[in-house]
Amino acid sequence: MKLNLKNLNKSFNDKPVLKNINLELADFHSLAIIGPSGGGKSTLLRILAGLQKPSQGEVLINGIKLASNEKDLNEYRKTLGVVFQSYNLFPHLTALENIVLPMVHAHNYNEKNAVQRAKELLRGFQLDEHEDKKPHQLSGGQMQRVAIARALAIDSKFLLLDEPTSALDPELTSEVLAMINKLEEQQKDLILVTHEMGFARQSCDYIVFIADGQVLEHGQSANIFCSPQTPELKNFLNKILEWR
Amino acid sequence: MQRIIKLLVKGEEQIQINTWQKLINITLISILFAAFLVFSFISIEYNLRMETIWQYRSKFISGFLLTIVIAFFSLILSLAIGIILAFASKSRFLPLYYFSKIYVEIIRSTPLLVQIYVFFYIIGTALKFENRYVMGVIILSIFSGAYICEIIRAGIDSIDNIQIETARSLGFTFFQRYRLIIIPQVIRRILPPLAGQLASLIKDSSLLSIIAVSELTRNVQEVDAINFAVFENYIVLTILYMLLTVPVLSISRRLETKFNYET
Ligand SMILES: Nc1ncnc2c1ncn2[C@@H]1O[C@H](COP(=O)(O)OP(=O)(O)OP(=O)(O)O)[C@@H](O)[C@H]1O
Ligand SMILES: [Mg+2]
Repeated sequence: MKLNLKNLNKSFNDKPVLKNINLELADFHSLAIIGPSGGGKSTLLRILAGLQKPSQGEVLINGIKLASNEKDLNEYRKTLGVVFQSYNLFPHLTALENIVLPMVHAHNYNEKNAVQRAKELLRGFQLDEHEDKKPHQLSGGQMQRVAIARALAIDSKFLLLDEPTSALDPELTSEVLAMINKLEEQQKDLILVTHEMGFARQSCDYIVFIADGQVLEHGQSANIFCSPQTPELKNFLNKILEWR
Repeated sequence: MQRIIKLLVKGEEQIQINTWQKLINITLISILFAAFLVFSFISIEYNLRMETIWQYRSKFISGFLLTIVIAFFSLILSLAIGIILAFASKSRFLPLYYFSKIYVEIIRSTPLLVQIYVFFYIIGTALKFENRYVMGVIILSIFSGAYICEIIRAGIDSIDNIQIETARSLGFTFFQRYRLIIIPQVIRRILPPLAGQLASLIKDSSLLSIIAVSELTRNVQEVDAINFAVFENYIVLTILYMLLTVPVLSISRRLETKFNYET
């Protein structure tokens, strides 16, 4: 996919969070956004998801400019899948219903086809035995995997994931990362905010490093991790790798 | 000493009570209450005349039925008022927002008894509205609507923001978010307190006796003025109210544990 940010600014109550970001990425499948906490990663992802509007500047995804009115934005949101850190599933619905509901109500699938497709997906990710469970009966890892399955069910053009594993313990983290890795192998386009440097390095082909509202560095993941240029990134990687 | 306190105060660990323990304890406490009543009769040398209740049974029955009817219609009307107020309190249109806030504040800060007097004698007279039964239901609903508004508002607020965000990201429109995500969950969460509110309505309807609505309490007061059997009348009155409220409250508790577990 292609991503193009032009003079992108975002402030909350006059406090700048994204500061004049310019970025042109021509061709990638999996992009990892990394950087220190509070740097603006989630804010950028939420803008890409059409959940928040930039204060200034424009966003082009695959050459198409992001709409600014709510109606077109809602149509845009239907074309992608978003997974947050946690609480993605609606607690009053079973795993299966969580997948079927948006298919039927936002994407006009008929109920029967939606259920069939959702079941196929769950089976594909070895989640079929959990399809009738409510979220409170699932482990954190299972919930996140169902959420990812839901994002796939609607034939989304690409996925946006905001630290999908940061609320999980290591074992569950690896089961979710394995699922994301499987998608990458299938050439599914995705943008992932993550603190899992090992995963970003091994399985994402492009990295953007954001700190203090600015893109300080970006490049192929091999280059970024082997020869970081800016002191900020060197510092960040040292800190993160210190305890590994 | 410490041991006694430990025994009396609930510890951290969940206590397991089996059916037998439950039965024995409830019987014991009931006997204690009964003994206290009997002791009271004996000490004032009271002569129980239960047959007088039977004599005036039609008064008891009609009052009992009217109390049910009043509580039922008040519940429906106050639900409507509560829902409207709750949405008004979420409105971005400021007059609506403040109307809801001030309404709830006034009702919650004054006694129901005073509200009944004000609405019935001042507003009712001014508007020449004289059907005391309809007035009674309206007054109770105005009162209870404020509390139901708070119940619904708290229910909506308890839905996590991330869920709304997720629903937005899935492409649900504003109305779909309410219809498919928020309202189904709010209903589950507010059912237990709403059942509690119904029990309150049943009890509070007794205050309508002061404007001569012939519900249960009023009828028993009238019987009492004829037969002077204070103990008999009011014991039966108590039992009749409990016959209504105890099941409602137990349903409320059961719903609460059920939905607590689910969300
Ligand atoms: N809705 C909002 N209102 C006000 N300030 C906000 C809002 N959302 C984010 N911010 C601020 O913007 C800054 C960047 O937040 P953001 O969540 O994008 O950081 P992040 O890089 O995702 O951090 P983390 O790694 O901790 O998730 C923070 O200082 C945060 O306080
Ligand atoms: Mg974040």
